[in-house]
Amino acid sequence: MTPAITPTVPERASTQGKKQHLLDLQEWSAEEVWALFETTDVMAQVMTRTIKKVPALQGFTVGTLFFENSTRTRLSFERAARAQSADVISFATGGSSMSKGESLKDTLRTIDALKADLYVVRHQAAGVPYQLTRWTDAAIVNAGDGRRAHPTQALLDTYTFRECSPGFDGFEGKKLTIVGDIAHSRVARSNLRLWTKLGAQVTLCGPSTLLPHELEQFPGVTRCFRLEEAVEGAHAVMALRLQLERMQKGLLPSLAEYQARYRLTPEVMALADAQALVMHPGPMNRDVEIDGELADSERSVVERQVANGVPVRMAVLYTLLVGRQ
Amino acid sequence: MRRTVLQNAHLIDHRGDHGKADLYLRDDVIEGIDLGGEVAQTIDVAGAVVTPAFIDLHAHLREPGQEVKEDLRSGLGAAVAGGYGTVVSMANTTPVVDEPGLVTEMLSKSEALGLARLRPAAALSRGLQGKQLTDFAALREAGAVMITDDGEPVKDAHLLRRACEYAAELGLVVQTHSEEPGLRQDGVMNEGLVSQRLGLPGNPVAAEAAMIYRDCEVAMLSGGRLHVAHVSSKRGLQVVEWFKAQGAPVTAEVTPHHLTLSDETLEGFDPVYKVAPPLRTHDDVAYLRNALIRGVIDAIGTDHAPHTQAEKERDLLEAPFGIANIEVTFPLLYSELVANGGLELSTLLDLLQGGPARVMGWQVPTLEATRAADLVVLDLETGRRVAPETFKSKAKQSPWTGQVLKGWPVMTFVRGKMVFEREVLSD
Repeated sequence: MTPAITPTVPERASTQGKKQHLLDLQEWSAEEVWALFETTDVMAQVMTRTIKKVPALQGFTVGTLFFENSTRTRLSFERAARAQSADVISFATGGSSMSKGESLKDTLRTIDALKADLYVVRHQAAGVPYQLTRWTDAAIVNAGDGRRAHPTQALLDTYTFRECSPGFDGFEGKKLTIVGDIAHSRVARSNLRLWTKLGAQVTLCGPSTLLPHELEQFPGVTRCFRLEEAVEGAHAVMALRLQLERMQKGLLPSLAEYQARYRLTPEVMALADAQALVMHPGPMNRDVEIDGELADSERSVVERQVANGVPVRMAVLYTLLVGRQ
Repeated sequence: MRRTVLQNAHLIDHRGDHGKADLYLRDDVIEGIDLGGEVAQTIDVAGAVVTPAFIDLHAHLREPGQEVKEDLRSGLGAAVAGGYGTVVSMANTTPVVDEPGLVTEMLSKSEALGLARLRPAAALSRGLQGKQLTDFAALREAGAVMITDDGEPVKDAHLLRRACEYAAELGLVVQTHSEEPGLRQDGVMNEGLVSQRLGLPGNPVAAEAAMIYRDCEVAMLSGGRLHVAHVSSKRGLQVVEWFKAQGAPVTAEVTPHHLTLSDETLEGFDPVYKVAPPLRTHDDVAYLRNALIRGVIDAIGTDHAPHTQAEKERDLLEAPFGIANIEVTFPLLYSELVANGGLELSTLLDLLQGGPARVMGWQVPTLEATRAADLVVLDLETGRRVAPETFKSKAKQSPWTGQVLKGWPVMTFVRGKMVFEREVLSD
């Protein structure tokens, strides 16, 4: 006699139909991503003009809520908003009321009184951008939540591959490899979701302590401990920043051992596809996870990733603010 | 002398189903069945089930010191609304219940309230620090019935060994929150596919199973009575079963939430589902449910753990662990496990009455004459929505909000006095 199992599953905080938020990429279809990239092309063109400003978002207010520090991402979003003539209000905690136990909801309600139309949210806890959608009518863009997701980073990485891959013909049949601390990486999680959605095969590589076995159950994902095997035939290889505190937590024996096994070098890249790209979401630990020379080589598109951040984020803001009107 | 009659009562206790009858109470005890004669009060329960009030071996009532979350009045009020007549309160309050004076004070306060009977647990270690034992004998003398650092595992196996030995000598039960700290780390949910998908730090089943194994070995070594709180996983329970098969002096409880909810509930990122030990997978839920049927679980303990709304609106790393559930435990388990699940009503009742009593070495409650008139009247027919805003508990949030459940307690009697009556509003 087996009782029926019907554990309660609450409704997901997802959006249907017209996109209201960018919380994570599993809620976006491949078509919506391709449409966003076409908008990004237009925005990228704007950024080549002498006057790098258009009136597209005039009258809108974008709030950046950074509960966790990230100057680069915040500046990139603020630039993307101002380049479209939106007003920007910024809120950053650093020992402010949040750390004194104010609830997330109260913090948001207080800021929401300033009446922004869209919030860009960065938080150390996974799920916070989802929680905030319950308490505001404004659109929410996830700028990184805990280990969970960093969707605009994945979009700009993917846009960069589309832009820089010689003779780009889509993601079907492509092998894309991510090397490093997968376990703690929201960049890895968002990229593997987006790349597999677009048809690529994703290989995750790193020491087993930083490479959770559950990720192998994600469709289109392979787990691999040997760098050579992971890089072989790859069309792009992304190295992730290694947080140096991982050694203290017993996840790695030593930096030297990590460098010996997982540092991305020109020699290893020789095993990749002849036109393979080298990527890094930044900030780089040169010569730890990526060879310094390789980072500056012709294969490297690290600078294009940084440059594409602004037009991709412009397109996201435009799509959510104008697209929902 | 004051006599009360509950007319048209469907009488059920652990001895069996006694059919429809009139149950007579005299002062604070049961007088007998169909006696007739003059009564001060006649209550027609219209065919509803009348059965001994439930016993909860595991509730966080938060007093002293955390009255913003719950206090004895709200917590014991919630208990009687859930059909409970006796509640063992956990000691992780502020200050910790680690000295006899606090036990005495809580007892006299709860007596004055006249709600459910309070049976306080006392801390195993001073200040729950895991270093020095509390004065078990004095605490027992003051009225503490259980020794536990619940909320925290006992890290030091030697301390647990001495606690079990000393408690055995005094006839006290030691209850453990078995999670191995090194494996639990900073996990906020079950470690597995879902935690990887959600990017939340995981707490693996191994943390529970390994610590249950250690705690049971210590119990065997010391001969002390060990009660394993809130077993949440298949592997954790299998360890308990293995020890039981060898005659270890070990009992185990499961909670209503581990019997009804899985880790996927966290996909909506609502800290109302954040609890320790964490909600596990569908497989674990199924295994625990089957274990109820197989009779290897001794008791259902609520682990009622109220928190404020603001605390449960923090992010998932910061929000505190705990689910407030004592008011919905019976309707939830009746609806999901009995009405729709293949569990016998008598088994569920025993897990809430005789089971906890046997764990503690107390007399198993029945409807026999001269026994305490601690009773609950259960309406097994009417569907009512879970509405946290109506809870007696201060915690006005629930994982089951909006669900329509049957089996709600409509009246609760403690010491022969009606201490709870549900407003008859059905929807």
